[in-house]
Amino acid sequence: MSFPWAKHYQPKQPLMRWLDEKLPLPRLVYNAVGAGYPVPRNLNYFWNFGVLAGAALGIQIITGIVLAMHYAANAGVAFGSIESIMRDVNAGWFLRYAHANGASMFLLVVYIHIGRGLYYGSYKAPREMVWLLGVVIFLLMMATAFMGYVLPWGQMSFWGAQVITGFFSAIPLVGDTIRVWLLGGFAPDNAALNRFFSLHYLLPFVIAGVIVLHIWALHIPGSNNPTGVEVKGEQDTVPFHPYYTAKDAVGLGVFMLVFALLLFFSPNLLGHPDNYIEANPLSTPAHIVPEWYFLPFYAILKSFTANFILDAKLWGVLAMFGSILLLFFLPWLDSSPVRSANFRPLYRKFLGVLLLDVLVLGYVGGAEPSPGVILLGQIASIYYFAHFLIILPIVARSERPRPLPNSITEAVLEKHAGLGPTKSAMAN
Amino acid sequence: MVRIIASLVGAAFVFVLGLALFGTVSEWVSNPPVESAEHEFHHHPLDAGLSSAGFFGKFDRRQVQRGFQVYQEVCSACHSLKYVSFRDLTQLGYNDAEVKAIAKGWKIEQPTINPDTGEASTRPNVPSDRFPSPFANDIAARAANNNALPPDLSLMAKARHDGANYIYSLVGHGYVAQPAELIRKFPASKTPTGLHYNQYFANLNIAMPPPLTQDGQVTYADGTRASVDQMAKDVSAFLTWTAEPRLEARHAAGFGAVVFLIIFCFLAWGAYQNVWRDLKH
Repeated sequence: MSFPWAKHYQPKQPLMRWLDEKLPLPRLVYNAVGAGYPVPRNLNYFWNFGVLAGAALGIQIITGIVLAMHYAANAGVAFGSIESIMRDVNAGWFLRYAHANGASMFLLVVYIHIGRGLYYGSYKAPREMVWLLGVVIFLLMMATAFMGYVLPWGQMSFWGAQVITGFFSAIPLVGDTIRVWLLGGFAPDNAALNRFFSLHYLLPFVIAGVIVLHIWALHIPGSNNPTGVEVKGEQDTVPFHPYYTAKDAVGLGVFMLVFALLLFFSPNLLGHPDNYIEANPLSTPAHIVPEWYFLPFYAILKSFTANFILDAKLWGVLAMFGSILLLFFLPWLDSSPVRSANFRPLYRKFLGVLLLDVLVLGYVGGAEPSPGVILLGQIASIYYFAHFLIILPIVARSERPRPLPNSITEAVLEKHAGLGPTKSAMAN
Repeated sequence: MVRIIASLVGAAFVFVLGLALFGTVSEWVSNPPVESAEHEFHHHPLDAGLSSAGFFGKFDRRQVQRGFQVYQEVCSACHSLKYVSFRDLTQLGYNDAEVKAIAKGWKIEQPTINPDTGEASTRPNVPSDRFPSPFANDIAARAANNNALPPDLSLMAKARHDGANYIYSLVGHGYVAQPAELIRKFPASKTPTGLHYNQYFANLNIAMPPPLTQDGQVTYADGTRASVDQMAKDVSAFLTWTAEPRLEARHAAGFGAVVFLIIFCFLAWGAYQNVWRDLKH
């Protein structure tokens, strides 16, 4: 696959030759993430985040499997079993804090990964399928993270589950029936906790499977790059290994460092204190908030406060799911043939506003409701939908992109020439 | 086609949000939000200055032992500590014999079943027991406390924002006379009988009577002067330990991990520079 100049796997060792004849697994790895995958030579550090997301999933699966050996998915004892992990299991505090903060790190790198895709137009032809599978992974991650947060059976677990499963009751006529069926009861209880645990264990492996498809689909056109210009020839690419394995190692080191600082020195920074209170169906917390990574979507949900034909709650739920589902249509909403925002001055400005907008939505999602905050959330929600569904298609048609470089290599050489004649001459 | 449908969907969402926004503004104008007593008179916690705070934080074992003494003599009359075992006290510097003696001498006995008659019974605590609850169950606890349930304290330092400082402020400096200004501005917020005004409690009125009322309420074994402030600090230190007993191991492991990762980053950076040295990118 990919480019004709891709290196071919040539095992020298007899054992590897033998293995290659019987089961060419090393060949598969070589072609997927080894020297057999040619990658544009000009990728910046934003291209580290795919590998980082993979590493984060690996950490979650490993810590999660060990935690499951000690955790008891029963509403009567779940909270206590977490406490015994924290106190009595060998390095249990490490496993649990690594898993809880690992989820935050996973979502963080995935948000940057998605942002990278938006900025450099990685969702555009010929990589639509890569993008679509990416959105599927994101949805699966959100489901997994939500169910994982329920498992400790603290106050926020319980009331978060109550609120989120309550979305289904917004469906007209059959909503309540569906909700009761999904929960296995009228409120989150043992039945719900058990099925959430089962699905929370299953979905990461589904995610891993979709990641295989995501990478497979990526390898057909090859990686995008900061110029957005397609690879023209061999001089534009370098083999993934050792060039990008070396670069990814740097990114991985920094990622682990941030992770370690969070895990060892401020492990409860991103959690909510109420989740250290055992679930109590009779006592509603003063302020129910989801984890930080859901806050922008929660803000959109809460912004719909007016009934219009449909109930306000149903509008909110539709908009919240719609805010993610619209990403599926992005490759067709943005008809501009230019990928990289570096060459799209107008789109770039709107994308900057969108980033700010999502941060504002995140603030609103976590803030105590007051008229000012609700108003801010409504304005930010309007921009969110207008950006993707109205502004983006118009910008794609009307803007005049800056001239593109002829090739990746030309762009690279120009950049170096721009650094000053002396340095460039020395490098030559 | 996709773009036409998308713009219609977008217009619908924007329109409904516009309606909602209009509603918010008109509600704000016609019915401006009123200040609440909690909003105006609630105080942020004071700094307890515990040695366990910060990157290299460690427990001050003597202080945590003093805090345990406060728990034992004051708090444990109403509050359970159900996730902590007597054996855990060895981490505070008590030896096995001392822990055994503490367990055996604990006023509340461990519920059990009489092996001869099968009837409910109690026995003295042993180090492997969790701290027994002062009440048989929640109903008994409420019945004895004016229908308020004294919460378990094992995780209290993590179950509140800024927990250690919150505990210190609440029990050490929170019980003051209700400000006259509050009653003047919010006559409806006068503390009801049976509750106690506390400026660090979320809704300002707490069911718990002041637990630390006078200096010298506890006679510290190590001779430290037991002022209310000191006792509040010490019990906050103790509850920080009960909430996060592995804090020191975590900080130590974190220090090692960070040093390792910094070295790793430098090595990876060097390898990266080496691999790419001949290539412009």
